[in-house]
Amino acid sequence: MNSEDISNSALILSMIYAAFRLSTPLIFAGLGGFLSERSGLVQIGLEGFMLIGAFAGACIGYQFSSPWLGWFFAFACGVFFAAIYATFVIRLKTNQIITGTAFNLLVAGVIPFLSKILYNSTGATPTIDLAFRFQYEPLVMAILLIFILQFWFQKTNSGLWVKMAGENPKALESSGHSPNTIRWVCTLLCGGLAALGGASLSLYLSSSYSPMMTSGRGFMALAALIFGRWRPWSMALAALLFGLADVLQVQLQGHPVMGIEIPVQLIQILPAVITILALSGLVGRSQAPAALGNTEK
Amino acid sequence: MKNSLIGFFIGLAVALSFTLFAGENPIHIGWILTKSAFGSPYDLGLTLYYTAGLIFTGLSVSVAFKAGLFNIGAEGQLLIGSLCATVAGLLFPNLPFPISVCVATLAAILGGGLWALFPAWLKIYRGSHEVIVTMMMNLIAAGLTSWVILKVIPNPDSQNPESALLSANYIFTNDPIKKILGDSPASWALVIALLCSFLVWYFFEKTKWGYQVQVTGANPFAADRAGQPTKKLQLISFFISGALAGGVALVEILGNSGQFKIGFSPDFGFIGIAVALMARNNPLGLVVSAFLMGALHKGASDLDFETTTITRDFSKIIQGTVILFISVQGYAWFKRKKGSK
Repeated sequence: MNSEDISNSALILSMIYAAFRLSTPLIFAGLGGFLSERSGLVQIGLEGFMLIGAFAGACIGYQFSSPWLGWFFAFACGVFFAAIYATFVIRLKTNQIITGTAFNLLVAGVIPFLSKILYNSTGATPTIDLAFRFQYEPLVMAILLIFILQFWFQKTNSGLWVKMAGENPKALESSGHSPNTIRWVCTLLCGGLAALGGASLSLYLSSSYSPMMTSGRGFMALAALIFGRWRPWSMALAALLFGLADVLQVQLQGHPVMGIEIPVQLIQILPAVITILALSGLVGRSQAPAALGNTEK
Repeated sequence: MKNSLIGFFIGLAVALSFTLFAGENPIHIGWILTKSAFGSPYDLGLTLYYTAGLIFTGLSVSVAFKAGLFNIGAEGQLLIGSLCATVAGLLFPNLPFPISVCVATLAAILGGGLWALFPAWLKIYRGSHEVIVTMMMNLIAAGLTSWVILKVIPNPDSQNPESALLSANYIFTNDPIKKILGDSPASWALVIALLCSFLVWYFFEKTKWGYQVQVTGANPFAADRAGQPTKKLQLISFFISGALAGGVALVEILGNSGQFKIGFSPDFGFIGIAVALMARNNPLGLVVSAFLMGALHKGASDLDFETTTITRDFSKIIQGTVILFISVQGYAWFKRKKGSK
């Protein structure tokens, strides 16, 4: 192996590692979406939950110079906002898609509002010192979480209840469990997990919160979930694929391939294109849980 | 509409009470919003500019909804419509005045309509959920337009992310609406928007096709059994829905800036969902709800320099809470619609 080969394989390895890093937020948010959607609730609000987590994590992580405190606070904030969301969607039975859209708008307004009060600016939060940032922990936790959720879903009774709440809520009711209780739990966990996805953006991939830093990752996580046919492992692989597209986008910036410069914007839309292909049945068939979105009846 | 007005004011009150956390007086903030939305002819003009855009996207959402489909993709459709109008304008700079505007309008309608037709086709023939597909189409539209604007037709005289300027043939000189409102961004497009809401009302209330679409939306299976061409009707409705979203091109490209500025839309497509929801899909009530939402958006834009603690992002809080509380009030209405699926 000559030196050029070595540097090439080092480049490829570093790109793969970068893809893993960049897919971490997507995996967390995707797992949150997985819980919510398998229990029957459409989750358009992932973007908002992620944004909350990114902001809350960065604030507390900076204040106490501890990424772990930021991490747990982000989870708590995600759960809190998810409780508001669930109150509207489950208790007051509002339309899930409209509520999700409203929620994303609300969060996009609340964060600059709070940031203005706390830091007297609507820009980025103060930078966290490199020593007080995560080095690899969120990635490990994300992978562990896939195993845990997979196990919960496949091997335990309560996992089966979640599946039933999404596929056949009537059957679940007749077996003596309330679909709405299960949906409450799933939505709260979803909010917390998606917020962790956001926190891994601000505490792991960068070192502060910058405005709208999720930039559509909530929707990408949803796309990964659908492309992965609502299953944790396939979802994570899809998230990794999207992470790789993200890395390529950075790598290809200003580097023409075979004389043609590939526009950044066209690589950015790749995940969306793949998702549409998956939904249309051209790349495997993606079938939603049967009761998804029809919980108001 | 009465219920949604109640929801609107509850939402507004909740949002305003948030300002207590920033040490502001909610009533004072409410006064700033009102003053900033209607205070001068120019302010009113900006409010009406937003109103016109929201009428188009609101109609877009509500036409699709009447056919039993959820169009969350108005944002993407309006981007593609505006892009097509801009490209048409740049391709034919020498067309004489009224024809030029008609060509650009046609391009906007076709662009928006065809962009919407694809998810509708997927929904009807492949069973893909239209909400997720249109959402993905929004992301694609954003990437595609920014590539075309920045790489293919950029403005050679400016560093801003915007397209080249359309020729003067495309601009309505001596626009009476602009004159009354102190040269504000409002334009003749407002008249077209009002006309469209009347036409949509006429279509649903007075024509056979409109009736067929409503029957299809209420219960596709029953409509199918009754011999209605449900698939065709849904496709046509979604095309109209996208075409209406494309109408935003008249408001912004032809009526205001004469070029495509990236990021010009303050989430017209998403606020359009709220507008349609608030009007309970009544095309005439929609004008009122678009006006209220437009006024809120304009009102909040002055918070930056009228207060020290609250910024223009506050409009998003108001919009969010207003939508939440309107949708609570809308429960009975949505239940009926949802039950029809």
